[in-house]
Amino acid sequence: MIAIINYDAGNLASVAHAVSHIGFKCIVTSDLKEIAKADRIIFPGVGAAGSAMESLKRSGLHIALKDAFASGKPILGICLGTQIIMGHSQENDVTCLGVVDGNVCAFPADIRSKAGDRLKIPHMGWNRISIKVKHPVLSGVRKEDEFYFVHGYYPDPNDSNHVIATTDYGICFASVIGFKNIIATQFHPEKSGKPGLFILKNFCSWEPC
Amino acid sequence: MLSKRIIPCLDVREGKTTKGIEFKNNVDIGDPVEMARFYYEAGADELVFYDITASHEKRDIMIDVVRRVAKSIFIPFSVGGGIRTVDDMRTVLLAGAEKVSVNSAAVKQPDIISKGAKAFGSQCIVLGMDVKYVGEKKNIPSGYEIVINGGRKFMGIDALEWAMRAEALGAGEICLNSIDADGTQKGYELKLTGLISENVNIPLIASGGAGKPEHLSDVLTKGKADAALIASMVHYGAYTISEIKTCLHSSGIKVRMTW
Repeated sequence: MIAIINYDAGNLASVAHAVSHIGFKCIVTSDLKEIAKADRIIFPGVGAAGSAMESLKRSGLHIALKDAFASGKPILGICLGTQIIMGHSQENDVTCLGVVDGNVCAFPADIRSKAGDRLKIPHMGWNRISIKVKHPVLSGVRKEDEFYFVHGYYPDPNDSNHVIATTDYGICFASVIGFKNIIATQFHPEKSGKPGLFILKNFCSWEPC
Repeated sequence: MLSKRIIPCLDVREGKTTKGIEFKNNVDIGDPVEMARFYYEAGADELVFYDITASHEKRDIMIDVVRRVAKSIFIPFSVGGGIRTVDDMRTVLLAGAEKVSVNSAAVKQPDIISKGAKAFGSQCIVLGMDVKYVGEKKNIPSGYEIVINGGRKFMGIDALEWAMRAEALGAGEICLNSIDADGTQKGYELKLTGLISENVNIPLIASGGAGKPEHLSDVLTKGKADAALIASMVHYGAYTISEIKTCLHSSGIKVRMTW
């Protein structure tokens, strides 16, 4: 069973629909026992880091997530979930879970494309990823595949070995982070068409060593 | 680099799409869920649904449509039409839409934007704007005025000022519809689109006037739009999304070519 962590942070139903669609069983839950029992964890979320951390602490989910990480079971972070696993977020200046060392930074106010066009914030829409470190969850991803992003902040791991893939939006930022049994995407695989479903499927059968 | 988005728009009345009667494919014509699935498979980057159901009592039908669409497609979609309160927004988002769009309700009560953004995040609040050219006037310095009720009611609000105010209130995206261009299939209103897009820092979807791929190419370059809404040109089978994207790609515009 895959547990999708429910902490009042956005559209979790879409993650559940996507996981069901590719043939895996999942529950959307905030129940600490269910999470402890689950084989795999998906930690999604949209919204702001400050209120998300408050909500996690209120419900004890911050401990459950750290325990899940320590237990070695596969964890997939998505979007805000990916940011929350870092040490600190500039958004609301909040201390996060600290599972992966590093910060969450705002895109600079005046970023431009290589052609000199002003780029808007949030980074919203479809973009590519460039794989830096081979990872089973990204196996089969083609360089022309695109993924759906919507975010104004990005994760910046201290250790470059944790940067599995990067994306270019005026700056080059970490769009996939990996560390031990955790893999985390800044984009939404559940909203990225077939390439996204492919990644979800890889995750659902991934056995971290 | 970020791709420009191509977004088919479906008008839905009491659970049925109102365009698409000449839609030549093996889809259940008129069923928004089937059409959503078809456009998802055909390479749409996102979908927009407008509920044009007149009766408030029959709005639950739309919520059921949203629920079924959410299970059938794996790209983002937004829902607009008749959204009047934060509770209306919540219902639509919980049914599975990524974004909710507000138009006339926001003109009448701008704080619905800030309340919605606070409750659900800016990324899911789209401001829909219907705009008509009226010439430069004292209270309309840009020459473009906000209208509601399908262009029948002039609100005395300058379109550019309204767009900037909505951004400040927390809108995450703007869907800009030119009433003058809408339905003409003669091209988007490029001057209006460029004016708004260059003066806000949130993404802008251009709407109204698309008839051929060159129109999209113009609005995504000269018009500075981040995305283009299309309706009749795909609903009636004149073009496929793949044909449109191939044309944009060959003129050097970055679009998503694999799906």
